[in-house]
Formats: sequence, C-alpha cells, structure tokens
Amino acid sequence: MARYIIRRLLQMVVTFIGTTFVVYALMFANQNDPIQALAGDRPVSDNVRQVLTEQYHLNDPFLVQYGYYMRGLLTGDFGKTLTGRPIGDIMVDAWPNTIKLALLALLFATLFGITAGLVAGLRRGTVFDNSTLALTLLVVGLPIIVLAPVAQLIFGVKLGWFPTTAGARPSLYGLILPALVLGAASTATVLRLTRASVAENVRADYVRTARAKGLSARRVVAVHVLRNSMIPVITLIGVDLGNLMAGAIVTEGVFNIPGVGSKLLQGIQTEDGPLVVGFVSVLVVVFLVTNLLVDLLYAVLDPRIRYE
Amino acid sequence: MQVRRLIARAVVPLVATAGLVACNSGDSAKVDPAGVVSIQIAEPQHLLPTNTNDASGVQVITALFEPLVNYDAEFKPVPDAAESIESKDHKVWTIKLKPGYTFHNGEKVTVDNYIDAWNYGAYGPNGQNNGYFFSRIDGYADTQSEKDPDGDGPEKAPAPKAKTMSGLKKIDDLTMQVTLSEPFTEFETILGYTAFVPLPKAAFSSPGVINEDYESAPIGQGPFQMNGKWEHDAKVEVAKYDAFPGTKPKVGGVEFRIYLQPSAAYADVLSDNLDVIPQIPTESIATASDDLGDRFERSSASQFQFLAFPTYDPEFKSPEVRKAISMAIDRDEIVRSVFKGSQQSARSFVSPVVAGYRENTCGEACEYNPGKAKTLYTSNNGPAKLELSYNADGPHKDWIDATCNQLQANLGVECTTVPEAKIADLLTKVQKHDKVGIFRLGWTMDYPSMESYLGPLYATTGSSNYYGYSNPAFDKLVKEGSAAATPEESIKKYQDAEDILAKDLPVIPLRFAQNNYGYSTRVRNVVVNLFSQIDLNQIEVLS
Repeated sequence: MARYIIRRLLQMVVTFIGTTFVVYALMFANQNDPIQALAGDRPVSDNVRQVLTEQYHLNDPFLVQYGYYMRGLLTGDFGKTLTGRPIGDIMVDAWPNTIKLALLALLFATLFGITAGLVAGLRRGTVFDNSTLALTLLVVGLPIIVLAPVAQLIFGVKLGWFPTTAGARPSLYGLILPALVLGAASTATVLRLTRASVAENVRADYVRTARAKGLSARRVVAVHVLRNSMIPVITLIGVDLGNLMAGAIVTEGVFNIPGVGSKLLQGIQTEDGPLVVGFVSVLVVVFLVTNLLVDLLYAVLDPRIRYE
Repeated sequence: MQVRRLIARAVVPLVATAGLVACNSGDSAKVDPAGVVSIQIAEPQHLLPTNTNDASGVQVITALFEPLVNYDAEFKPVPDAAESIESKDHKVWTIKLKPGYTFHNGEKVTVDNYIDAWNYGAYGPNGQNNGYFFSRIDGYADTQSEKDPDGDGPEKAPAPKAKTMSGLKKIDDLTMQVTLSEPFTEFETILGYTAFVPLPKAAFSSPGVINEDYESAPIGQGPFQMNGKWEHDAKVEVAKYDAFPGTKPKVGGVEFRIYLQPSAAYADVLSDNLDVIPQIPTESIATASDDLGDRFERSSASQFQFLAFPTYDPEFKSPEVRKAISMAIDRDEIVRSVFKGSQQSARSFVSPVVAGYRENTCGEACEYNPGKAKTLYTSNNGPAKLELSYNADGPHKDWIDATCNQLQANLGVECTTVPEAKIADLLTKVQKHDKVGIFRLGWTMDYPSMESYLGPLYATTGSSNYYGYSNPAFDKLVKEGSAAATPEESIKKYQDAEDILAKDLPVIPLRFAQNNYGYSTRVRNVVVNLFSQIDLNQIEVLS
C-alpha cells in the first residue's frame, strides 16, 4: 500500500511538470498581443507598449519566458498580471470561493443523487422512479447557461428566497443557490448512475445469499447493495470535483463569485500566460490528488481490490 | 396547499415594488444625507490617475479627485478646482488654483502637486496609459524614451533626455504657468480629464517614484476619501471628505461594487441589492422598461461606431461608391432590431456630447434610400463582392450580419462577414494593407472637443487613421481650429472640417452609444455625465 502511494506521488511530479509546460506552451501559441487584449478597443501608445513588453519579457522566445516563469515559481512567486497585481494574491482570493462552491455543489449532488438514485433503483417502474428519470433528463438537457440565470430570476429576484448574487465574500446562505445550480448536472448523472448500479446489484447472487441468511432488508441495502454500487459513482464524483472547480465559469459569472473559473476566463481573454498556468497547475494537483483518493477508496469499498 | 402558498409569496413582492415605484416619483420622499449608495463597476485596471483609462477605474478616480475643470450643460468647460485658466496667445497658459483644497491626509494642495503628477504621467519609462494627454505641453518630447536601438533586442532603450517637462513652471503656491509646444485654443477643455489631477507628496516614495501601496488606497483632494483599501474583485468604498471646499455631495459615501458581469448587477438592481448599474446589458434592454419603469433612463454617450473603408484599395477609391454603401444601410432598423434601442443612429461625425455637434452633417449620404443607392453603386462600378471585417471579441457579430444582409439586398451584391479574433489582429492586417474589405471601428473621445473626433481619426498623421485618408484642406482646417483665437472660432473651423468628411466619406457613421442606466428604489437624481460616469454630486439616497 505505502509503496503504491509513493509510486503514484512520484508519477504526479512528472505529470505536474508536463502539464504546466503544455499549458504554458498553448498559452504562448495563442498569445499575439496581450497588451492590446488588456486595452480592449482602445489604442495603446507605443510608450506603454514598450514599457510593458520589457517588464513582462513579452518579446523573448518561448523557452526564455518559460524559464523566467519557472524561476519565479520555484521561489514561490507566481508572477504578476499585466495590470501589476501579484497572481499569488489573486489565488488567495479566488481559491477559497471556488473550493467552497464546488464542495457544496458536490455535497448536494452526492446527497440528492445517491439518495434518490438508491430509492429509484430499488423501486424500479414506480411513479417516483419515472418522475426522477424525467427530471434528470430535463436537467441534463438544460445547459447551465440557461439554468443559472433562470434560477437566479425565479429564486433570487422574483421569490427572494436567496440572495440574487453571492459576491466576492460569499456567505454560506448566498452560496446555496449557485451550488445547487452548479451541482445540478452532477446530481442528475450521479442519480442515474446510482440507479443503474443499484438495479444491477439488487439481482446479484451475493444479495440473494444475504437475504437467504435472513439479514434485515435495511442491512442488505445499506451494507451489501450500496457499498458495491458506489464504485462507479465514486469514480464519477472524483472526476467531477475538478470539473466543478474549473467549469464554474458560467455560475460564477451569473452569481458574481470571483473564483477560479472566472479568473481562468479572464486569463485566457487577456492572454495572460502566468495567470492561466498558475491556476491550472493548482487544478492539476487537485485532479491528481482526487484521482489517487478515488483509487484508494476502491480498496475500502471492494475487498477484492488490492494495491501492491 | 403548498402550491397556493407559493403563488401568494410570488405575488407579494411584485405588488410591493409596484407600490414603491409610485412613491419614488414624488419629492415628498426624505433624503438621507448619510446614506451610502452602491454603484456597479468592473475590476479597475489601475487606480493611479495618470494610468487609469478604463471606465471603472475612472469612476472611482472621479470620487477621490476633483478635476481642474468641469463641464456645463452645453459641454463647455467651467473652472472647478481651478480659480481661472487663462491665456493670451493660447500657447502660454496661466492656471490659478482655488485656495482651501487639501488632500485626504491633510496636505495642502499646491501647484507642485500638479507638476509632480503630470511629470510622472508624461515620463516615458513610467509607461502611463494617459501619458499622451500631456503631449501638447512643451518639453514632452524630451521625456519620451528614444527608439530602442536594436528593436526588440536585449539592449535597453536609452533613458529620455529629461525627467520633467520644461513647459511646467511654478509661479507661486497656487499659480502655475503651462507652456504648450504650439497654440491650442481648447487646452482648458482637456483639463477636465482625470489624467490632470494632482498627487500628494505621500504618493511618492522618492521623487518620480510612486509609492507601492499608494494605488491600493489612493489619496486625492476630491469630495470622497478612501474608506479602507481597494478590495480586488470585491469593492472599493469611499466616504464623504468633510474638509472638501467644493460642491458637497448629497450622499454619505459610495460603495463601488465589483461585478464580473453586468447581467449579475442588473439582477441585483431588480432586487434592490444594488443601487445603480451604469450600463444595462443589451440582452436586458428590451425588458428594462417593464422591470424598472421610470428608473430606467437613457442619455447620450461619446462612443462612436462606424464602418471604415480602406481608401487605398482601388475598389473603394470612389467616394460615390462609399456613399452608395452608406445609403444602402438602414441604420434605424438595425438600432431597433439588433440593439433594441440601446444605441442611436449616427448621421454626424462627432458625438452629441461635445460643443459644436450638429445633427445630420452627413446629409444625403446617411439617408436610407435603397433605390438611389443601387443606381449610384452600379453607375460607379462598385465591387461585385463586399466583405465586412470585424473583431469577434466584441459584441459585433449580430449587427455586422444585419448590415451585410442589407447591403446584399439593397445593392444586389454578394456580401460576406469576416470575423477576426481580436481588434489588434484586424488593425495589424489593415496596417499591412491586407485585403480586409470594409471594417468596423469604434471611437471614444479623449476629451469633449470636436478635435478629439477629427484629428486622431482623419488627419494625415492621425494616430488612429487606419484608412489611408489624407486631405490637405481637412488637415489645414483642423490645425487652424486648434489654434483659433477663441473656442467659438475653433468650433467653426472644426465644423468646416467635418463638412469635408461628409463629402469625402472615408468612413460612414453608424451609431452613437447611449448610457442605458437603471437604479434601485433607494436612490434618485441619478445622472450620467458626458464621460458616461455616474455624477456623484447629484445622486441622493432616500431614507
């Protein structure tokens, strides 16, 4: 077990360096004039251009720029945006918001998805089962770009149940609606996957054995059926965590939560390589760690799986 | 039961807001002089006056600093922080300051504060966005970096000849003399821009070097002072400055709340969580009247949208062809259908927010007349294929498509739209004289003068003249206008120059932007000024 973890951690280092390099290269390839991108439609005077170009090494070849960036990174300096704001500061502001939002969304997805999926899987063909399936179809079919503003209009503006926007220092209450919106698609997928998985396992031999042994129905479902059914669901949730963090662009914009998604978007729009790479490298770590955790959880859920 | 309760809940707030709107229009409502009003901005790029040229940053700067001049109802300059601004020959100007101004840290304002700030802004290596505003001052050229000897190579450009501009001279604590490199009649007009405000001694860590922390809490001499620090991506809060000698604002403070997207701010205005949104997003314009009633207002803005012709391209050499294309465009229809009335059709080359603006200077060329357009087009052998280029990073696709369809229908030509990823890509192509066809451009004035719409865009040496237009008569009129004996005579010359444009049509005017702003039930007297900024002296909070 320990050897396995160490091997995985070593692999992570290589993956990490590789991805940052690739992302930096992609950003560099896409970069044609970050100074103009920052100014928008306004003309930029030669003077400003010259100063910024020198300050940010914008005219240096790719490897030199990457070198400057990595040198800064090793000393814990993430660099500065073109407007002169330290990227480290932006991270400190943005990450907590996104982590809160993503975890809350994941919590809702797990809670509703697994509960409703379990019930639907055990009672196939009932009204509950059919209506949840129809509902999930609707949610999966609705793009978040529609769902988010509509939810904001109905529950925020018209009904006033939740704050219309969460803001830069969001309260837990303010995050509930965005988290529900952000987690909606995940909820639907978790629900359907749980239902399918439970439905399959209910018919399995070991469940029949457990029942024949005279175990209570609750124990059969909770320990035998659910535990085995969770393996594919856990995989999905693990992958989703990263997706929720990186993919919250729309939700963050609609509910005005300055987080990772909106900063990535800003970085791409202003062709700000260091800004994007900074956030992506942290995202990569998140992905890698959750992947490892998911793999380790398999062993907990299914005794037949062993790591050497 | 559950359902019925839902419906009841949904109806109550709507009725309540309708009631509030009704009592908003009367003057009977009480004003709360200590109230704090919240205004939407985007994250400012900078908060140093000489470096701030984004709308959000400027909005914050106007709260913290008082400009030398302001503008009256006819957009003519009137002294504000200045006592008087005078010149006999329009080359040597004497600026007298009103006494009694202090910075928020207690420093007395003297002309030194102006001279230091302006020199910092002009000095090339500081790379200040508003540096070019000082270019008319004598000695500006000496403060600019020489061209880099090896282009982009490793060698640093040599330092400029001078650190300060020779044209700035202190006479006494409240009087300064500004010498321009050549006469400019409307110099006073420029001085209303945020680049020309003073900086306190505390802003500099050593002469010519700005203190690193200054921008996180700028100290100005304006009606409001910082309340806390600039909280990036969250807010900038300011509170009334009691020792301010000028016109006192009617609110106790302002919270500039930072939004990622205007649509989120709009939703907040609807639910009274935010007081003012300076520009309602286009997708909500159609419903804004229903949503906000008379809390949705409009006013003219300075942005000017136009289509430009590569006049160096033989296909577009003939002004008659350009005129035909212009006449084939139904501006009002596009404003109605695409912009939902959020912009106004333009039939002049300068915006309604400058002194000297006249309606419909473009004459017949901007009248929609498809029949005549087609005859004119064919008789002058207009090109059989038209291309409209635009930058896809802005909200232009819809109206470009509509314009293209109109040209296709009315001129009987094939019209294609060509998106370029970014405006910079488009301009690079234009400068290389690549074939781009007709291309769109937008222009925002630097200062409220006709000159700002004429010189940079169409003068032979104009900084943003991308279409190769050159007309000596036009150049001469603009030059004469800049140095005329009185501002009125300047305007006369500029108007003559504008008439030349109407004949030559290097570009065709399409639209002027508008400020489409909305506000909550908590505030009144919301006015947007000619720089599209909320006027903080007029807004009031209802108690």
